[in-house]
Amino acid sequence: MLNPGVVGGSSNSDPFPAGLRVLVVDDDPTCLMILERMLRTCLYRVTKCNRAEIALTLLRKNKNGFDIVISDVHMPDMNGFKLLEHVGLEMDLPVISKLMSADDSKSVVLKGVTHGAVDYLIKPVRIEALKNIWQHVVRKKRNVSEHSGSVEETGGDRQQQQRDDDDDGGGDNNSSSGNNEGNLRRRKEEEQGDDKEDTSSLKKPRVVWSVELHQQFVAAVNHLGVDKAVPKKILEMMNVQGLTRENVASHLQKYRIYLKRLGGVSQHQGNMNHSFMTGQDPSYGPLNGFDLQGLATAGQLPAQSLAQLQEAGLGRSSSLIKPGITSVDQRSFFTFQNSKSRFGDGHGQMMMNGGSGNKQVNLLHGVPTGHMRLQQQQMAGMRVADPSMQQQQSMLSRRSLLDDAVVVRNSSRVLPGATHSVFNNSFPLASAPGMSVTDTKGGSSSATAAFCNPSYDILNSFPQQQHHNNNRVNEWDPPNMGMVFNSHQDNTASAAFSTSEAYSSSSTHKRKREAELVAEHGQNQQQPQSRSVNPMNQVYMNGGGSVRVKTETVTCPPQATTMFHEQYSNQEDLLSALLKQEGFPLLDSEFDFEGYSIDNIPV
Amino acid sequence: MGKCMQGFLDEQFMELEELQDDVNPNFVEEVATLYFKDSARLINSIDQALERGSFDFNRLDNYMHQFKGSSSSIGASKVKTECTMFREYCRVGNAEGCLRTFQQVKKEHATLRKKLEHYFQASQ
Repeated sequence: MLNPGVVGGSSNSDPFPAGLRVLVVDDDPTCLMILERMLRTCLYRVTKCNRAEIALTLLRKNKNGFDIVISDVHMPDMNGFKLLEHVGLEMDLPVISKLMSADDSKSVVLKGVTHGAVDYLIKPVRIEALKNIWQHVVRKKRNVSEHSGSVEETGGDRQQQQRDDDDDGGGDNNSSSGNNEGNLRRRKEEEQGDDKEDTSSLKKPRVVWSVELHQQFVAAVNHLGVDKAVPKKILEMMNVQGLTRENVASHLQKYRIYLKRLGGVSQHQGNMNHSFMTGQDPSYGPLNGFDLQGLATAGQLPAQSLAQLQEAGLGRSSSLIKPGITSVDQRSFFTFQNSKSRFGDGHGQMMMNGGSGNKQVNLLHGVPTGHMRLQQQQMAGMRVADPSMQQQQSMLSRRSLLDDAVVVRNSSRVLPGATHSVFNNSFPLASAPGMSVTDTKGGSSSATAAFCNPSYDILNSFPQQQHHNNNRVNEWDPPNMGMVFNSHQDNTASAAFSTSEAYSSSSTHKRKREAELVAEHGQNQQQPQSRSVNPMNQVYMNGGGSVRVKTETVTCPPQATTMFHEQYSNQEDLLSALLKQEGFPLLDSEFDFEGYSIDNIPV
Repeated sequence: MGKCMQGFLDEQFMELEELQDDVNPNFVEEVATLYFKDSARLINSIDQALERGSFDFNRLDNYMHQFKGSSSSIGASKVKTECTMFREYCRVGNAEGCLRTFQQVKKEHATLRKKLEHYFQASQ
């Protein structure tokens, strides 16, 4: 393990990890030289590259040779965004897009996020901005580790060099330093959530999707039908030893985003809308997708949060960053995206029966109105994301988005937002994880009530939320989004939390991490997922773009699923709830639950 | 950075100077050298494109985008300002504006080069 080097003293009192292997891609030799020097000053190991194709070759040849990629998006030979996509699809690496602070920076940022960028840098790059890039790697690793069931491990895996350990789940060296809060949370959650951890405590080896493997995957998916392909079946068809359903699920999620991006987002969104509308309060449907958009466009803040939400919901927030999202996340992701269609088809079989084993399905069941709101937001966010992504201004600032999302969610449940806020500050690991999401148990009941009658006035809630997250709203923290997403999934199906369980099923994986959260929020733990959400965040990028959802495979405890079935007879409700959950977590990695009490939810 | 540099170079240049240390004592000069070499190439390309008279604004804008990027990386503020103007003319398709502004770009670029040469000589 390399001892993290301390350069200039980080504000977190956690020295960022030295030895982080960075690949820098830029066609401008001057910028390349400067960046290299800066990164070296940060004690990172730098590899320079001036052509995107060369970069891709390098990455392919050394699958585990790099921890993070920084790539200019305006390159003559190959579209920088394409590189983002490829990296995201094929490798599980966080990519930071680098762009010039020019006229169209907003749209470029949005585009980058859509293609999977976890973050962005604006030229001229300052060394300060580079000091924090390690957080993305940690976050990703955490998500991966979490999936493997070792919560502790995911905690501060800052030692990037330990990439090899990723295969073990990369959680062994949790440098909690960086994520103090996260660690604390995790610990708490762990204690409470030990039982929730249904997944094996072994770290799951990180799967590298080689060309052949991917082809097998694609063949299986095509055989089953893109829309109908479920990880379980794909896994069976592929029949690859050592490949888990979660691996497939997360990859599928990414793949879907990728396809969507290729084929136009509309279809997906259409599905989403459809599912939303189906069997749900009609007010939802339009509210979800359209109103949010309206809201988003209406104000900068909302838009931003929407974008975040959207991103979170849809997929990767950052570019091709690796799809570390746990399967659970993926599921939620899928459900969010796909479930909609599924639901439309007849209630997301996926969700319900957990064919894909998604706990997410369950989530929907119990989705209280509060959740729906969130989901709607997400949806809206997603939709809006495209047009209003420009608002996403600072991916770096990670919070606002989540905060918004959280806020929304909070309405459904009372979540201790305090913890989240801490995270918001770019604690990639610790904070974001939906820790704050935990809703108090008490909330669940009330939440249920609130849910009964989902009166989505997202429009109303938005402004409210905005207020809450004034400072945060504007920050779309893609990584957070992922976390948010995960949190949903973490909701372990504990009977106690009817609603939360619904969500938890999908996010059981998160649960582990956020045991604490789970306990707290019966309703929707959108936040808990923060930890695992990170990867998800990246994934949830607006459906419009090639959002790759990197979801870590989160194993949702099967029990949760069943519980949901029992509890929620109404798939649609679940769906909506699920959607909401998924949508929100994605957006806010930092669940800033400002304490929306359920009472506030207009039911 | 002395008074003579004021206005020509911004904080970014100072950032670069911070990166210089005992291990890399000539970092800034190295970067500047690289910048001038690379930007000369870009200037050439733009010159040729303008001489052709075809005014492919997209292409011109692309070149200038790169040029602006590296100029901002070393903190060449005046050059950067001219670049922005050039791009704006490209955006609206004003050929004459482009030609005029480009002369300015070259002028600022040459001035900066001289200043930096003196600067580095002085610091040695």
